[in-house]
Amino acid sequence: MTEATAPMLDVRNLEMHFSLGGSVLDRLRFGKKGIRLDRPVVRAVNGVSFSIERGEIMALVGESGCGKSTVAKTIARIYKPTNGELRIDGEDVAEHDFAQMLPVRAKMQMIFQDPYASLNPRQKVRDIVAEPLLQQTATAAERREVPAKIEALLARVGLNAEHAGRYPHQFSGGQRQRIGIARALSVMPGLIVADEPVSALDVSIQAQILNLMKDLRDEFGLAYLFISHDLSVVHHIADKIGVMYLGFMVENAPRDVLFSRPRHPYTRALLSAAPSIKEKRDKEEIELVGEVPSALSLPSGCCFRTRCPFAWDRCAVERPDLHDVGDRQTVACHLIDEPERDVA
Amino acid sequence: MAGKAQPKLLEVRDLRTYFHTFAGTVRAVNGVSFDIAAGEVMGLVGESGGGKSVVGFSILGLIDSPGKIEGGEIRLNGEDLVKAGEARLREIRGREISMVFQDPMTSLNPLHSIGRQMDEVLRLHSDLDVKTRHAACVEMLENVGISRAEERLKAYPHQFSGGMRQRVVIAIALLARPRLIIADEPTTALDVTIQSQILKLMRRQIAKKGASMILVTHDLAVVSEMANHITVLYCGNVVERGRTRELIEAPAHPYTRGLIDSIPDLSNRHERLQQIPGTVPDIRNLPKGCNFRDRCPRAQALCGEVEPSLTAQRGSLSAACHFPLRPGKRA
Repeated sequence: MTEATAPMLDVRNLEMHFSLGGSVLDRLRFGKKGIRLDRPVVRAVNGVSFSIERGEIMALVGESGCGKSTVAKTIARIYKPTNGELRIDGEDVAEHDFAQMLPVRAKMQMIFQDPYASLNPRQKVRDIVAEPLLQQTATAAERREVPAKIEALLARVGLNAEHAGRYPHQFSGGQRQRIGIARALSVMPGLIVADEPVSALDVSIQAQILNLMKDLRDEFGLAYLFISHDLSVVHHIADKIGVMYLGFMVENAPRDVLFSRPRHPYTRALLSAAPSIKEKRDKEEIELVGEVPSALSLPSGCCFRTRCPFAWDRCAVERPDLHDVGDRQTVACHLIDEPERDVA
Repeated sequence: MAGKAQPKLLEVRDLRTYFHTFAGTVRAVNGVSFDIAAGEVMGLVGESGGGKSVVGFSILGLIDSPGKIEGGEIRLNGEDLVKAGEARLREIRGREISMVFQDPMTSLNPLHSIGRQMDEVLRLHSDLDVKTRHAACVEMLENVGISRAEERLKAYPHQFSGGMRQRVVIAIALLARPRLIIADEPTTALDVTIQSQILKLMRRQIAKKGASMILVTHDLAVVSEMANHITVLYCGNVVERGRTRELIEAPAHPYTRGLIDSIPDLSNRHERLQQIPGTVPDIRNLPKGCNFRDRCPRAQALCGEVEPSLTAQRGSLSAACHFPLRPGKRA
């Protein structure tokens, strides 16, 4: 954040569509206009834009199927985006191939949700953590420093040197997630994409991992893209938050603004649905009916209108864009133009 | 809880369920006692490995080898279910006590229609004729918020989303009007807006039918919105129990305090979360004395020697701790 350089991550109009395969027979449709071949496309991400500065934590929240994990995987270039720009440290990597991505991976690493599936069961911890580092070392001299670096990394994430010779199955879920963090940290990236890193962990362990991630950010000036479905986790860790629904960003705001003044009806419903150990504050009650529509056939107009308690005819016709409402808060809802309709 | 005129629906006394594995005996439930009165919702809380699900399965007699109920009593209206035979348990399951499982994706049979799976409960547990049973299924499906119930009865589980399936599972659990429902993490697999729908639904239906419920969950926030009483388990033992608000606001056991503090609550403004250090000990090889002492900020020499027993604390609370917390003090 010191010099006036490009943001660590800058995403513009990111789109990720998956066309479903299936045999010709599966895709045959018989309609009034005769026989045609169906091409089902899952529109997982539909034009998402945001940016993350160095040392900043941005969270994406939303329910299952909202596209938040797809955004994470597209940014990590596990997927190749259908459309849009994807700048990491100023460099547009949207069209990069595998070889071109390799140097970029020294700047961006990923932490996965499932600490059981994301570590190779046949590798020792030492080798797991060294893997990204070895990809990035060119000279023998650099390679000789790797073991010492691994030891320091393990110590930093709360494991000790003797753990380096063990296999993943000898660790608990929390410890495995620490290994995953050490692996991501090994190349000293500027950006870590963390896809639900604590949702598989018990609460007491979850707190340990969240605290560790925050400490590492302060120590190394890391930027995180933190994907979570849990608003209270996000509230704890994020500087700013993007709320996603059906592949669209419906609201984007700094944490305190979002939690004290949520504007989009979906954000408001999410906040009112979150259970709390505190006695009910006088919080707004927006109960959503029904379920999320399929990403195979998006509703016309606003993506949220089928469940929105405020929706009117305009919402079915016109898709709302993100509007700046001040305080770095942007909202995609027609209620911003017509606040008089906002009566529950 | 003592001295109340409310009749006890379920009394669990010193329940011990062990699993005899090659790697040693796992004392999953090791002397758990609690009561549930009619119409009461009890939250059974703890982390993975705490034994909370095994308590639920033990009540229904669903413990398979290598697991075994080694001792204790489970009294439903005075009848000891530990001694009851399989035939009697089959009568009880679904009629007197029913269960809602965590994963709505696997707790319905994919080969049978929803209607057939719902009807089965009534066919086994009532003398109603086909028509009345069908009407009851339709009504129940509507009660849990599924529209076009007539039509949906013919559908198969794969045609339903997760939230819808959990509604069906709840409908099945409620059909025979059981007196006790054991809900094992009923909303853990669901999204938060669907979770809040399902919790509201369960609360409404239970109040309407006057049933009691054991809500097994790791989520203190969910429990605090649903339960009258909370029982906290750690390593197969009850470490604390009491009325919900008292327990949440000023717990006496350091483990409960730690659990509450490690929740990143929306109204909690701490920059750092309070964390419980370390991990749950290996349940096959528990430390001497208090199971929690290695992670406890208040542990002293005594904790390594003597296992604390559950004793009455202030108000409705009882806790198994040699050095219980006083209100207002943090661990």
